[in-house]
Amino acid sequence: METRSTAGEANAWSIRFWIGFALCGLVLVVLVPLLNRTVAPGSPFAVPDYLVPLLGKYLCYAMLALSLDLVWGYAGILSLGHGAFFALGGYAMGMYLMRQIGTRGVYQNPVLPDFMVFLQYKELPWFWWGFDHFAYAAAMVMLVPGVFALVFGWLAFRSRVTGVYLSIITQAMTYALWLAFFRNDMGFGGNNGLTDYKDILGFDVHQPTTRLGLYLASAVGLGIAYLLCRSITASKLGRVLLALRDAESRVRFLGYSVTNAKAFVFTASAVLAGIAGALYVPQVGIINPSEFSPGNSIEIAIWVSVGGRGTLSGAILGAVLINLAKTWLTGAAPEIWSFFLGGLFVFSTLLFPRGIVGFFEQLRWARLWPGSSNSPPLPIDESVVAKEKA
Amino acid sequence: MITGVLRLVALALFLALAPLAARAEDLAGVVSGLGGDSFAAKEQAIVALGKLGDPRAVPILQAMSDDRLRRAADGRIVLLVTAGGTTKLTDAVSGQELNDVASDNLDRIIVNNRLRGAIEAALGTLTLFSPDPAARLAAALDVLKHPSPDAAALLERAMAAEQDPDIHAAMQRGLFAVRLFAGSKEQELAAIRALALTTDPQIKNLLDEFRGKPDLDPELHKAADDALASINNRLRLTGLAANLFEGISLGSVLLLAAIGLAITFGVMGVINMAHGEMIMLGAYCAYVCQEVFIAVLPPGWLDAYLVVAVPVAFVFTGIVGIVLERSVIRFLYGRPLETLLATWGVSLILQQAVRSIFGSPNKAVANPSWMTGGFDVVGGFTVTWNRIYIIVFCFVVLVVLALILNRTSFGLHMRAVTQNRDMAAVMGIRTARVDALTFGLGSGIAGMAGVALSQIGNVSPNLGTFYIVDSFLVVVFGGVGNLMGTLVGALSLGIVNKFLEPVAGAILGKIVVLVAIILFIQRRPRGLFALRGRTAEAEG
Repeated sequence: METRSTAGEANAWSIRFWIGFALCGLVLVVLVPLLNRTVAPGSPFAVPDYLVPLLGKYLCYAMLALSLDLVWGYAGILSLGHGAFFALGGYAMGMYLMRQIGTRGVYQNPVLPDFMVFLQYKELPWFWWGFDHFAYAAAMVMLVPGVFALVFGWLAFRSRVTGVYLSIITQAMTYALWLAFFRNDMGFGGNNGLTDYKDILGFDVHQPTTRLGLYLASAVGLGIAYLLCRSITASKLGRVLLALRDAESRVRFLGYSVTNAKAFVFTASAVLAGIAGALYVPQVGIINPSEFSPGNSIEIAIWVSVGGRGTLSGAILGAVLINLAKTWLTGAAPEIWSFFLGGLFVFSTLLFPRGIVGFFEQLRWARLWPGSSNSPPLPIDESVVAKEKA
Repeated sequence: MITGVLRLVALALFLALAPLAARAEDLAGVVSGLGGDSFAAKEQAIVALGKLGDPRAVPILQAMSDDRLRRAADGRIVLLVTAGGTTKLTDAVSGQELNDVASDNLDRIIVNNRLRGAIEAALGTLTLFSPDPAARLAAALDVLKHPSPDAAALLERAMAAEQDPDIHAAMQRGLFAVRLFAGSKEQELAAIRALALTTDPQIKNLLDEFRGKPDLDPELHKAADDALASINNRLRLTGLAANLFEGISLGSVLLLAAIGLAITFGVMGVINMAHGEMIMLGAYCAYVCQEVFIAVLPPGWLDAYLVVAVPVAFVFTGIVGIVLERSVIRFLYGRPLETLLATWGVSLILQQAVRSIFGSPNKAVANPSWMTGGFDVVGGFTVTWNRIYIIVFCFVVLVVLALILNRTSFGLHMRAVTQNRDMAAVMGIRTARVDALTFGLGSGIAGMAGVALSQIGNVSPNLGTFYIVDSFLVVVFGGVGNLMGTLVGALSLGIVNKFLEPVAGAILGKIVVLVAIILFIQRRPRGLFALRGRTAEAEG
């Protein structure tokens, strides 16, 4: 056991990995800002200002996909609530940004955001207290989705709700939050959500330099998140997660606490999704209840699935590729987009269950052991094992 | 002997006709008063017309109010009737066309605001005698709103002539309400006792007002208290019954949406996220049937479109389901999470396909005439026919499905394949065929649900998304793999929802239900009616 886990760790942190990681980091953190700031606009190599927040948005989606891959690819929990955690983090950031508007709103109320004045609030509701401080808001970005996921996950995993049942109740949770945030008297701006931001930490959110800063924050955040996820999956805990994904009862009988392991990874992943949401909101300039829509949460699963689940890098790749296609197709031929996305769901699950990264890993596996019919284990669901045994 | 009988008949005829003749003369006399020289004289005539209670006075008063009444030189009152661009002159009393009067020889009958008010009041009481039952009923209810002592005599006359029992009862209530404020003590007491048997909130207000009168006889006061208590009690009961009915109605809608899922998810274990789109396709089948009926068949046949739409939707969505099973789902058996994603993709494609063909806006699907309207059970609690038909339809579907599952060889095969696929295959059951047919059956039922839903809501490409989460919750709540659980799950969710709505509001009520189900699943992850024993293990 000991040797296996160290081997796994050594494999995870090999020189090859660090070179690849550094190269990607160099492109995202150094090359893109350089091309944006120094190359004259109009040159084919220039990254125009409008593209920067778009790239930042993709990086946030990539982080969100990463968080889902952590629970789905490694622990076998297909959460349909990650869109909701993302939106919760986004709302926490949105509340901070709303408080920063101050007297520059339409009604020029120094304390109350415009929609509250409009809805005739007399004072700030208690859950808005403290959101004028960035540190408090940043803490809430992590705490709200984290605590939500911890309570929800602990209750669910303790009663051994697994597989599709868990997917369905996480979807019901998302649906309930979606309905709740549409209500005007929730105090989160109802249907219109929170928008019309002015500053973040004293910088104007509309300035190209601020946007570049936000983009850089997303890139660095994604890098740190990736390293964190990789260290979780390469650790002993990661091995336990993989084991419980493939044979939950056996892991339980071996004496591991399945509930705790699952609750930990679910919470960590929800916090990650919340941070992604918080980075996303200032770059797109709005957060509204449609982010909670149950369809969004399922879409994240297809990013992961196309990229290759249980690979981390695949999740990032899938999120970026599909969102690139979405940006292009919804502009060029909006009717096609739904067909394309729907087809992708069917195609990738039927013919390409390992995803892009998984496919290349399989090729490498075949090169390492020529002639062997073995292939790396496909991430499977516990229920399959149960079905096969039955 | 015969002559004696004839004489009697003649006498009876004379007696019966005499008042009519007398009334015709009365009408003529009063109407000629409308052409009076002073406003006061005209007003007197208007009030007299109102008291007369003759429906023939209605068009005359209407014309007067619209400035279409003229007085001829010989004192006759003439009505201007404009029809198809030409104006005819008719005699106000007899209604016969007049050719001997030149239109420029007529004097206008001038009306001022005071007279208009009088006309309106007179028309109000006169509608108690209107030939239109709806107008009579409205007039009777109007009395209840503003009981005035003058109305008593008119009401009594109107009641004597009234044939319709409902309107008669409404008039009776109006009369009691009038007597409540302007009767003798005995009459008031009788009125209170009679009104105590109703459930109308308006009567409750009247009684409240009555009880608040100063220096009220203690006996009357007590009677009023008792009456109010019994009305309140009855109102509570009808409120309860109304909530219960609405709950059952919502429950049956949920049940219809979930029955198909109970088969595909409950029996086969396939998470079909495209189930909502099967419902949507069924609703569009209803729409297409309606359009075909309008385009091809004579208008009288339109009411039958729904009867045709049900089997059409069943067959069409059933075939779509079988195609879906053969082309996608059969490759994913045993991989429920991937089935979820793939069928979600199918649902996106189906939605977009329907949007491309029919467009995004809602389509109107009309209720056939035998499903429109409803009836009033007791005061304030109306039951509509479309809801009743849907409840009945839903239970018929459930019973037929239960029979198919338990009494046919297909049902036997289906249950065998679910319990032990390999053993069933060894026994010679073609499992692949059973899978396809089972999925087709579940989808077909979803299609029929869509036809039913088209009768109570909008038909749009995203119709299915409104039901998918709820249907899954119903199936999971009731317990996977049995119809009884689905029935109990759907009805209890519907009823709880409707009882929460007045307390918490529609959306908050729904959120409370969702949270309750999430917590419930924590307690009993396999639902209310969990399967026990070997089958349960195999599911695990």
